[in-house]
Amino acid sequence: MTEVVLESRDLTKRYGSFVAVDKLDLSISQGEIFGLLGPNGAGKTTTILMLLGLTEPTAGAIRVLGFDPVRQPLSVKARVGYLPDQVGFYDGLTAWENLAYIAKLNGLPRAEANSRISTVLAQLGLSDVADRRVATYSRGMRQRLGVAEVLLKQPQLIIMDEPTLGLDPEAAAEFLEIIRDLKKDGITILLSSHLLHQVQAVCDRVGLFYRGKMVLEGTVSDLAQRVLGGAYRIHLEADSGQALAEMLGRLNGVVDVQHLDANKYKLETRQDLRAEVARAVIEAGGRLLSLNIELPSLEEIYRRYFQQEVSHGATAA
Amino acid sequence: MAPQQLKLTKQMQAREGSPWTGLWAVVAKEMADYLTSVRMLILELLIVLTAAGTVYAALQNLKEANPDDRFLFLQLFTTAQEPLPAFAGFLGFLVPLLAIALGFDAINGEFNQRTLSRVLAQPIYRDALLFGKFLAGLFTLALALTAIWLLIMGLGILGLGVPPSGEEVARSLWFLVLTLFYGGIWLALAMVFSVLFRQPATAALASIAIWLFFIAFWGIIADLLAQTLQPIEAGFPQSILAQAELELALARLSPNTLYIQAMLAILNPAVRTLGLILPIQLEGAVLGAPLPLSQSLLLIWPNLTGLIAGTLLLFALGYVLFQRQEIRA
Repeated sequence: MTEVVLESRDLTKRYGSFVAVDKLDLSISQGEIFGLLGPNGAGKTTTILMLLGLTEPTAGAIRVLGFDPVRQPLSVKARVGYLPDQVGFYDGLTAWENLAYIAKLNGLPRAEANSRISTVLAQLGLSDVADRRVATYSRGMRQRLGVAEVLLKQPQLIIMDEPTLGLDPEAAAEFLEIIRDLKKDGITILLSSHLLHQVQAVCDRVGLFYRGKMVLEGTVSDLAQRVLGGAYRIHLEADSGQALAEMLGRLNGVVDVQHLDANKYKLETRQDLRAEVARAVIEAGGRLLSLNIELPSLEEIYRRYFQQEVSHGATAA
Repeated sequence: MAPQQLKLTKQMQAREGSPWTGLWAVVAKEMADYLTSVRMLILELLIVLTAAGTVYAALQNLKEANPDDRFLFLQLFTTAQEPLPAFAGFLGFLVPLLAIALGFDAINGEFNQRTLSRVLAQPIYRDALLFGKFLAGLFTLALALTAIWLLIMGLGILGLGVPPSGEEVARSLWFLVLTLFYGGIWLALAMVFSVLFRQPATAALASIAIWLFFIAFWGIIADLLAQTLQPIEAGFPQSILAQAELELALARLSPNTLYIQAMLAILNPAVRTLGLILPIQLEGAVLGAPLPLSQSLLLIWPNLTGLIAGTLLLFALGYVLFQRQEIRA
């Protein structure tokens, strides 16, 4: 097991009688990209602020890189980069001046700061516009400048709150690429989002947040297994005898077979059974026209989970 | 084992590091912002024009005055030429405006630009941000006031043809300190509102409302309150005195009154008291004889400490409010 860089135990935050975060246990390992998912108001941002020591927890313990954010916030904040949702900059200053201020707040000596600033600006493709006022920047450029600022302190852990919200698809894809590059550099990343397909595209592990609780946690295929039952979906088009559906149903690992059309089938399976399905079609004397596998989407897991939750809730009430 | 453990928990209780980490970075950045901002430029221009205008008018007046007067220079600040009031009087209401302009969007401006959480995610405490902004405002005020002070001194030397005496310089420097803390109160007040209200416009209006209240209404209210609380009873001359004293005490709750009184005493050495004085107490006094600087200082000391205390109290209030505030937008 690799080193744990972020850990929380029974982390709780209450605002009066409202429980924003309820006994959260979280553990993130070195080099991992962890996605914090959940509807608006689920407690994602509150959790992030507590991890950074910007809000005090009501109860529970946190360790970030071995430090306690409540008692040692400066050590935590010197090592952890934070990209808030809808990151803002001083519009009247240039990108360079904005970064220089942050470098100063981090206590970097001037020469060191200047070399780091030009490095991170180049890394994020902002060197040409470094001397333009941030007021003239687009949303995507601001977001990249936000990452540049975070990288300035050479963090071991980066926490991003809704980093792709409000970006156009191209900028968002570009941003996800940046996140993957950061992972290659060995930086651990915690990101919160409700844009599920983007989370699925970059995260190693996700946690589903609902009403202050972590209700599901694991890799996407883990969650699919748990919530959807079958993890894989196979679309088959085959021209064959009548008994094909039954034959497919007898295959080991198949959860469900649906005969959709004259020669279209949809299978839910626990493993990737494409080869077995193909063989079954041939053995049944049919002609295989097409065979596709569809990975379960986080979106489906999410929706299915909340459907179950709501119906449970309804029966409970 | 046990004492070691205790020591460990004791260490754990204290927050690490100094609350002033990053303070000077904040001060430098904020001062640069203030000094280049358009609103400061406008206000400074206004004050410089006022200074030039009133001092010019005073010079015209003073040329016909008694050349043997020992405190000719100080009269530059206090001589009024109808219809213009004296420069010192102008400062009484221009300095609060300047200070409010410096402070009203200190914190909520960061909120609205969404820079607050980003800045506080750096290894600094909130203390450094708030105190840094306050110090930057105070330094900016000091810078502007000193520049104007130098300007007036220069104009005075040119216009009057005599250099100021040591005591005049000392008195006008104390006047500068007094003005600075008078500005400090309004700066701290504006910052309290900038923590309290999310909209800078609301904070600015609230500050200006309080400023107007003290400038225009507090005198009247103090008068009415004194009349109701301490009515004059026929046949009791003491009650007249008691009422006047109550009114004065109430009026001194206003920073404007404190400032104007202290300013008069420090700029005019002939002022012997800021309170009521009975003819009997003046027996043997040489009327119009100037007080030495140390005595004038003694006279304004309560006013000066009152202004400083007000600044500190308001800053402390803003500090507590800011520490308790949730930083999420």
